[in-house]
Amino acid sequence: MIPAASAVLEIRNLSCRIGGRQILRDINLTVAAGETVVLLGRSGCGKTTLLKCVNRLVESTDGEILFQGRLLAEWDPFRMRRSMGYVIQDAGLFPHWTVAANAGLVPKLENWEPEALQKRVEFLLHAVGLPPADFAGRYPRQLSGGQKQRVGIARALAADPPLLLMDEPFAAVDPITRFELQKHFLSLRATMQKAALFVTHDVREALMLATRIVLLKDGAIDVVASPDRFRAAATEEARAFLASLDGIQ
Amino acid sequence: MRLSDQIVSLTLEHLELVLVAIAVASTLAIPGAILLTRRAGLRGAMVGFANIVQTVPSLALFGFLLPIPFIGGIGKHTAIIALCLYAILPILRNTLVGLLGVDAAVRESAVAMGMTPNQILRQVELPLAAPSILAGVRIATVTTIGTATIAAAIGAGGLGVFIFQGIASVNSVMILAGAIPAALMAVLADEGLEWIERRCSPF
Repeated sequence: MIPAASAVLEIRNLSCRIGGRQILRDINLTVAAGETVVLLGRSGCGKTTLLKCVNRLVESTDGEILFQGRLLAEWDPFRMRRSMGYVIQDAGLFPHWTVAANAGLVPKLENWEPEALQKRVEFLLHAVGLPPADFAGRYPRQLSGGQKQRVGIARALAADPPLLLMDEPFAAVDPITRFELQKHFLSLRATMQKAALFVTHDVREALMLATRIVLLKDGAIDVVASPDRFRAAATEEARAFLASLDGIQ
Repeated sequence: MRLSDQIVSLTLEHLELVLVAIAVASTLAIPGAILLTRRAGLRGAMVGFANIVQTVPSLALFGFLLPIPFIGGIGKHTAIIALCLYAILPILRNTLVGLLGVDAAVRESAVAMGMTPNQILRQVELPLAAPSILAGVRIATVTTIGTATIAAAIGAGGLGVFIFQGIASVNSVMILAGAIPAALMAVLADEGLEWIERRCSPF
């Protein structure tokens, strides 16, 4: 099997067992540049574990993962992680660092020149809608939940990684802020052409953001479909997720 | 020697006992706690041991150490070892609490951003744990200043000399000549270290 030229991430026959429990079963998945693959599923379906296998926060037991055509095991784990942006629900910003320092973490680890670093941070804070004049010197405790998430996204994008890993990044903010962040994500994607692997349990979010939806059930892939086709998916699990949308009308 | 000169020289001696004991205890307990955060299995055993040491009455501990070759004997080094054993627990425990108290989301993103364990320790865990670590050093220092008065019982000197002499001769002035400087020293150490703690707070 030769990976497609544009495949940023390729997962082959991946399984993961933790403490005797089978969390993931035979996962096959590719993510290309510009694509947002949304991993959708109930709590405990293994979607977060799958995401964490990609940057080796969790070690998979079987199968292989290729990042930019190279096996994960061949990468220096620290370099590999610096080439993948990572955004999580609680943002996980360093509370003792300013917004600018948080956003510039990865370029700093990669020993960028201070001027280049500062320029990049200013560019990113503008890009995520936080004017640096106002926000660069603030500390995370001086930010709202939505603003923290924006800094988290700026931090993930800082060293211009080809792949973004996002674990329910917008789950902990209020619905209005969430909708703003989701729209912002779409506009960033249009300009930056990143590959993204995006975990959510919110079918509405999946339909809005995905170029492709991967529905997981009990650690295995249940459905892979574009958002349009997903609406017509026939599996029980897909119907259950889609039915949760109907309650509103 | 005049009483005032004697107070000064015994205070300095007292300070020396405390400073050496706290310095040694810190250099053992802080790296020790860092190691224990990486070895959950050992953690219970080590904290348990430090807890047990803490429950031994101080006068008894000084007595126990006396007959032990190399460690024991009359004089300062025996007292310093005993004071050190007492000071380890608060520093060890507070360092552990501080390091383990770092938000899981913060630690996870540090790893996921590609920081090495060493970078995480120096740039994230230690700065965030600093107030807790310093609070441990402060508590240890204040209690050591008190406990060190008992060191006079095994010939280590310090302000306890006045207190023991005062008790032997039923001389309250003599007891106060030892107790008041020791109390002042404890108050000053507490205030001073609390100030440093605030300065080192990452927030």
